[in-house]
Amino acid sequence: MALLEIENLSVSFDTSTGPFKALDGASYRVEAGEVLAIVGESGSGKSVAMLAVMGLLPPTATVTADAMRFEGRDLMALGARERRAIIGKEIAMIFQEPVASLNPCFTVGFQIEEVLTTHLALRGRARRKRAIELFEAVGIPEPAQRLKSFPHQMSGGQCQRVMIAIAIACEPKLLIADEPTTALDVTIQKQILSLLMRLQAERGMGLILITHDMGVVAETADRVIVQYNGKKMEEADVLTLFERPSNAYTRALLSALPENATGVRLPTVADYREEVAP
Amino acid sequence: MSVPALEVRGVTRDYHVGGGLFGRSRVVHALKGIDLTLERGKTLAIVGESGCGKSTLARIIAMIDPPTSGTLAIDGMPIDITAGRVTAEQRRKVQMVFQNPYGSLNPRQKVGNIITEPLVLNTTKSAAECRQLAMDMLVKVGLSAVHYNRYPHMFSGGQRQRIAIARALILNPQLLVLDEPVSALDLSVQAQILNLLRDLQDEFGLTYVFVSHDLSVVRYIADEVMVMYYGEVVEHRSRDAIFAGPEHSYTKTLFAATPRADVDSIRARLAAKAAG
Ligand SMILES: Nc1ncnc2c1ncn2[C@@H]1O[C@H](COP(=O)(O)OP(=O)(O)O)[C@@H](O)[C@H]1O
Ligand SMILES: Nc1ncnc2c1ncn2[C@@H]1O[C@H](COP(=O)(O)OP(=O)(O)O)[C@@H](O)[C@H]1O
Ligand SMILES: [Mg+2]
Ligand SMILES: [Mg+2]
Repeated sequence: MALLEIENLSVSFDTSTGPFKALDGASYRVEAGEVLAIVGESGSGKSVAMLAVMGLLPPTATVTADAMRFEGRDLMALGARERRAIIGKEIAMIFQEPVASLNPCFTVGFQIEEVLTTHLALRGRARRKRAIELFEAVGIPEPAQRLKSFPHQMSGGQCQRVMIAIAIACEPKLLIADEPTTALDVTIQKQILSLLMRLQAERGMGLILITHDMGVVAETADRVIVQYNGKKMEEADVLTLFERPSNAYTRALLSALPENATGVRLPTVADYREEVAP
Repeated sequence: MSVPALEVRGVTRDYHVGGGLFGRSRVVHALKGIDLTLERGKTLAIVGESGCGKSTLARIIAMIDPPTSGTLAIDGMPIDITAGRVTAEQRRKVQMVFQNPYGSLNPRQKVGNIITEPLVLNTTKSAAECRQLAMDMLVKVGLSAVHYNRYPHMFSGGQRQRIAIARALILNPQLLVLDEPVSALDLSVQAQILNLLRDLQDEFGLTYVFVSHDLSVVRYIADEVMVMYYGEVVEHRSRDAIFAGPEHSYTKTLFAATPRADVDSIRARLAAKAAG
């Protein structure tokens, strides 16, 4: 049984110019302990797909799917309360802008302890102890001190560590990370990706990593889904994807990587336009 | 030896921050004595962690900001930016393109006016001449004359960066300072803009100062690479030399942190993972 199984997911938004289809019949499957990368350029529907799974889209969104199952449980049949019990506890999500994702008015300690209270009913000393353990687990130095910091007093990389600590607080079975390192320097990106990979392996979590960066895919994924214009273009294990991409758009993306430049000019997706679905 | 396109000697820049209602004012030494020489027609890439002073240096070279101390020479001519003593001719020679193609174009100005504005301000050309030059430039950067009367919001990120490049080139500059010009763009659009910059450099013999944090882009576009760390230059060598063997510890960290997308690296990672 797959950890998460989504079949034929579509999302459209009501806009002033009529309905806009942001995601068009995409399917996703993640096994326990597996790292799935969803890669695509901006606007390809990566975030919308995962927000739909989490039930976090605005009311202007219409979501349809043939099936949405988490550990075999039908997410679509669940009431709002049951769904919330799964989401945030068994499935956790982190976002691109770590500083903006945290509330600027409260200490990071308050914010992680709030989660521990809500989902795990921890209080007092036990809660403080658990918060410190979590900060240690994500490599924040002097955790007891840092709990008293406000988000703006920490760097972007440290804030992302805090977000990860909050996300793993309830020992989720699935972590969805939406461009978690896009706003960070590459040296910090490396640290955050290593941390995510270590936590994923230690805890046997499923991990869905959304990114636009083929380098990040190469360094993390077991399996990869390539998206373009709200459609799934290709799905393959990571080695196959880089070695023998079967889809024209994937080939275009890979050859547009400057490190793959063979001549003076870089091929662009436009060079593949005839082959890539219009 | 020919006169270098750009010469920077002992440039420093301090920022005074704070000193409002709360706390004491503090001095940030954003640049701590930068020296560099760049030959005409070459591309210098500047890399380094965010906050190390890349944009500060870029703005000083583009004469948008004054240095706290030190000297700058463009084409062998010393620049004195203090007291507004930069000549129109000196300004014409150096233009700048910014990272954010959304923020750097005035949303209320039509594309045509955005591109002709530097001509109107700096030359005595007639309106018809300006218009023709702007139309030609639109074509050069891969857009077309039909875009002349449109507004920036009607364009994609890559197209907006083309407009910014057209505006920067309209005065026929010699040196283009590009501060992360492709960082906000999707991969395929990035490739188009990098190709365009290559073509324009060949056609006009332009010299580029190219700020980037992406080593794969740097490797593709640069002749020389300058690595900055906390306001100082820690390494400045030819692209081939630096990619063959980074010397400074920060450069090594940077290279080691850059994701590798080649098949051999993926194989090695998967093997290590399978071995547990
Ligand atoms: N709330 C919304 N209302 C209307 N359109 C939206 C909304 N959210 C996203 N979209 C559109 O859906 C498409 C996919 O967006 P998204 O999933 O955010 O892309 P990405 O792959 O960059 O994460 C885009 O064209 C985006 O503009
Ligand atoms: N206008 C400013 N006022 C105060 N400090 C500034 C200003 N601009 C930059 N700084 C500071 O100078 C240092 C260098 O910044 P910057 O040149 O923008 O770096 P980079 O472009 O490499 O990220 C940073 O510490 C930054 O906070
Ligand atoms: Mg997104
Ligand atoms: Mg900068």
